[in-house]
Amino acid sequence: MGHTLIEKIIMRNTGMESVTPGNIVDVNVDRVMIHDIFIPFVKDKFEEMGFKKLWDEDKVVLIYDHLVPTSAVEDVRHFKIGDEFVKKYGVKHFHKADGICHQLMPQMGYAKPGNIVFGTDSHTTTYGCVGCFSSGVGYTEMAAILGTGQMWVRVPETIKIVINGQLPANVMSKDIILRIIGDLRSDGATYKVLEFSGSTVDAMSVSSRMTMSNMAIEAGAKAALFAPDEKTCEYSKVEMKDVEWLKADADATYCHVMEYDAKDFVPSVACPSQVDNIKAVNEVEGTKLDQVFIGSCTNGRLEDIKVTADILRGKKVAPYVKLIVTPASRSIYKEAVDAGYIKDLVSAGAIVTQPGCGLCCGRACGILTDGERVLATNNRNFLGRMGTSKVEIFLGSPATAAASAITGEITVPGEVKLQ
Amino acid sequence: MSRIFKFNSDVDTDQIIASQYLLLPNIDEMKEHAFESLSTDFAKDVKEGDIIVADENFGCGSSREQAPAVLKALGVKAIVAKSFARIFYRNAINIGLPVIVSKEVYDYVNDGDTADVDMNEGVIKTAGRDFNCTKLPEYMQNILNAGGLIAFLNEDK
Repeated sequence: MGHTLIEKIIMRNTGMESVTPGNIVDVNVDRVMIHDIFIPFVKDKFEEMGFKKLWDEDKVVLIYDHLVPTSAVEDVRHFKIGDEFVKKYGVKHFHKADGICHQLMPQMGYAKPGNIVFGTDSHTTTYGCVGCFSSGVGYTEMAAILGTGQMWVRVPETIKIVINGQLPANVMSKDIILRIIGDLRSDGATYKVLEFSGSTVDAMSVSSRMTMSNMAIEAGAKAALFAPDEKTCEYSKVEMKDVEWLKADADATYCHVMEYDAKDFVPSVACPSQVDNIKAVNEVEGTKLDQVFIGSCTNGRLEDIKVTADILRGKKVAPYVKLIVTPASRSIYKEAVDAGYIKDLVSAGAIVTQPGCGLCCGRACGILTDGERVLATNNRNFLGRMGTSKVEIFLGSPATAAASAITGEITVPGEVKLQ
Repeated sequence: MSRIFKFNSDVDTDQIIASQYLLLPNIDEMKEHAFESLSTDFAKDVKEGDIIVADENFGCGSSREQAPAVLKALGVKAIVAKSFARIFYRNAINIGLPVIVSKEVYDYVNDGDTADVDMNEGVIKTAGRDFNCTKLPEYMQNILNAGGLIAFLNEDK
């Protein structure tokens, strides 16, 4: 009997000859990611458990991003505790202001094809873009991994999602994953893995895939995987021959198969206040906006900034709209400067901020208040997510967001060129 | 007897405890803000031993363990839902907060009703009926019985 991608990864990791959904197995963790919000709790639990040392200092990555730069005095406490933790236990990989954790993990090669990685953030599913089994855990569970290097998992069922054909000119991978979340609903993939394939997926950049694996958690998924190809190998700096084992068998067993024709996708938005409340952009066109946000671990990559710059070049943001653009990492920011995109954005009236999570998690850099409405490219529009509970949050693609920033109302974008 | 606090489907972790309160120094300070965005008096009204009964997908959203932790700190004895989001479910068990799957209880009770919860038998007595709930896999039940993951790991040593 054949195996799915997730089963292949778990078998390779554990040395088991076969696994079946429902099996509970201990896996050997290849890497962990802890971010600044939860480091104080992880440290407390780690010490409460009586551990004296990390299982492997080289496998631990601590990233400051939610609180960078600090916006309140109490934020500093998290950095102090984190700095001490790094020093005391010899954490090898530490980023104080390099970008958002889910961008850095694959970008820096901490999460590679075939790895098993856990992080203290639900969007850890992102690293599935390079064929890595990655998922979010709480701080107690993270503390246990730090001490033991192991984690028990239930081998999950897999939902196979096949997308074939050429996407319409104004559709981005964000529109695809929004539609899929709308179809699955917010709990449609709970305990399960999404496995993406098809010619549309094959044609996508790793960055576009990243947007989809990032948002899989919004349907409850444990992980979201793309089999590695040449593009993945180039991105992750691995040899194709070393990852050839990482593909699903033709006779693998899936709990559900969903097939899409790429030409049926349209620019889409998640409407307030649930991520599965999906509508086509043209159904809500004309809705007035106070703010537009382009960035986050979902859509803050170079291609997203390029699309935004292409749409804004030579134009102006509507006078009553604040457009905030946040590159996902410092290196992306620099590439966007070198390519001239940042100049285009600033000339159009955008506010370009340092890489970080501040606005997406409702802490800094543009939080909103009662009665305001925002169109954002991040991954959650929950009540109170970007300010007070009376803020309306729409989620859409960078193209939809950029087009809407010019008109000041939700607008269907024109043609998008990613490369 | 436990008082029932009833919630709808897709209660997310931002509703349980919003991001801006995650920076408070401890769970006791955070717990006062539980469910604040829903404008309920839950944090004031809930008493030791009360239970939450919810529809599908309780605890969806972020990985914040503070979500089950504030509910436990407020005295919630158990959460009975039609289904749970995955990370919340693991986190709850890891801190020793019983999470019970029942497809039925929600449809039979009202907010403010009372219930008797027998954790050992997995039975909830309410609305004049006994509801048998889905048992946890043995591995998870052992963690819960030990009082959470810390106690469970310390038992091993």
